[in-house]
Amino acid sequence: MIFRLAMGSLFARALTVGMTILAIALSVALFLGVEKVRTGAKASFADTISGTDLIVGARSGSVQLLLYSVFRIGNATNNLTWESYRDIAARPQVDWIVPISLGDSHREFRVMGTTPAFFDRYKYRSRQSLSVRDGAIMSDLFDTVIGADVAATLGYSVGDPIVVSHGLASFSDHKDQPFRVSGILKKTGTPVDRTVIVSLEAIEAIHVDWKSGAKIPGQSTPADVIRQMDLKPKAVTAALVGVKSRLQIFTLQRSINDYTQEHLLAILPGVALQELWQIVGIAETALIAVSGMVIITALIGMMATIFSSLNERRREMAIFRAMGARPRVILGMLVLEATLMAAIGAILGLVLLYVGLFFAQPLVDKAFGLWLPITPPTLHEAWVLCGVIIAGAIVSMVPALRAYRMSLADGMMVRI
Amino acid sequence: MILPDDAPTLLMDNVQYRWPGQASFGLHVPNLTLAPAETVLLLGESGSGKSTLLSLICGTVQPQSGRVSVAGTDIAEMSAGKRDRFRAEQIGLIFQQFNLLPYASVQDNILLPLQFAPQRRDRVASLTDEVTRLCQNLGLPKDVMTERAGTLSVGQQQRVAAARALIGTPPLIIADEPTSSLDAATQATFLELLFAQSQTHGTTLLMVSHDARLSTQFDRVIQMADIAQTTRDDA
Repeated sequence: MIFRLAMGSLFARALTVGMTILAIALSVALFLGVEKVRTGAKASFADTISGTDLIVGARSGSVQLLLYSVFRIGNATNNLTWESYRDIAARPQVDWIVPISLGDSHREFRVMGTTPAFFDRYKYRSRQSLSVRDGAIMSDLFDTVIGADVAATLGYSVGDPIVVSHGLASFSDHKDQPFRVSGILKKTGTPVDRTVIVSLEAIEAIHVDWKSGAKIPGQSTPADVIRQMDLKPKAVTAALVGVKSRLQIFTLQRSINDYTQEHLLAILPGVALQELWQIVGIAETALIAVSGMVIITALIGMMATIFSSLNERRREMAIFRAMGARPRVILGMLVLEATLMAAIGAILGLVLLYVGLFFAQPLVDKAFGLWLPITPPTLHEAWVLCGVIIAGAIVSMVPALRAYRMSLADGMMVRI
Repeated sequence: MILPDDAPTLLMDNVQYRWPGQASFGLHVPNLTLAPAETVLLLGESGSGKSTLLSLICGTVQPQSGRVSVAGTDIAEMSAGKRDRFRAEQIGLIFQQFNLLPYASVQDNILLPLQFAPQRRDRVASLTDEVTRLCQNLGLPKDVMTERAGTLSVGQQQRVAAARALIGTPPLIIADEPTSSLDAATQATFLELLFAQSQTHGTTLLMVSHDARLSTQFDRVIQMADIAQTTRDDA
């Protein structure tokens, strides 16, 4: 009955109680949302590359190498010569190696030169392989395979022509050597979705008439002539490497890092990712702290609401006292009401989170290439909800103790 | 009129009380005795100490000296918690107005004191039947039990408050100006019902009022000035 009366009292103040619950719900949804985005981003990054043992590039920072080679973020400071690439490929520990050549772009998307082996060796999210949704992988020098987001954003379909621009955000186009879309990849939720893939030879082909980063004036070699040329690359940006035995990873990594002919860097993708998380850890902590503060603010708001209602509820408390309720029953009722508000707010916050995720998932994926999975609540989230409810009960002790003292002083004789 | 031959329902003997923070002001009650089943009207002006007297009887304030005994038990010797439970067990209360929890149903309002008074609750065989019976006896509509108390008329609310005071038949009912917000016709009906219930269960009724016209309906009428003095020390 006391529970029913507490509920009745809450319903009687539906507007203020509703606003308080909404504030708690929004703060809980924000906190859990930040957590979802954080873990979703981590999982999404971790899922981007799977089954690659080492990434090799010019010596720079391991995080930088990871970012530009896998995530297409930033640029390489230097290249890896084709001789070094061949030398590494010939190592007995190497099972497979796939070169990557970056630098050019098409509209806002990066162009990546590679070999057909990329489509077999590149794995994402639990060792899934790339698969072609429409068309086929490149069979001609000027064929290109585009990621799902490229096709969706630019409205391309198989057979459409593509002109690659020189460098990034450039007005210089390789318009003399247009490409044809030969295939469109299935959505992967990785940067591959936003990549225009061409052959390694094609990267050389479109630069035949270029020297030192600029087009040679008046020179335009016909495509048929280019097809007859030796298009062996002089350098690549990076290489993805798979080893025959995982026991050999560190041996190979050390030997590449000690390579004398060229300053190279071999990184383990997982270790580089950990370094990346350490770098962004402070920002992550700050974000969690801010969203935690929002919850605390909402709970303090609830405390203020209870405080402000105490005076108008003195008559109600006096009736309870007159009926024989001890002051601690009054205290208990206020704590119960606050706990109910916090509990309803926490559960509503969880519901809001999932509703928000349902609508935000495709938008975030499209805007940031970040796939936020909609999974059942985790144990961690359950603990967060319990924490909010317990914190709500603790916070309510402040006005509840005031009500306790008021009910002792007022007794059952309140004239309002 | 029933004379106080047996153990009195209420006995106040040489009770002295001083208001907190106002040590020079005090209330002195030399003697007040109410017999079982007696109906007593207490008349007094505003500021004469009536509310303090009721608080002393209910045990929500404690006298500095003297004895307050309800149904043979000295409540001054009890702990605060025991006094609260004792009040719930032994005293039914009706206030002037704003008597009920407006958001609770009529039934929950009537049953509220039994939450804190297990012995009083044990005296009621069937809670729902008893609530129905009291509502019928007090002239409330049959379907009123599930209504929210705040939706009732003032007269109906006072009847619900009376039912709440009567349930479980406590030996003493204190009514603090319960008729002041009722019109004359409703006032008469309300008192009739209250007396009938009191007589049926042998309950002592102490009613506080300004209205001397009610005097004829009670066994005894006492003036606040005759039983208590407010004192002021010049020191």
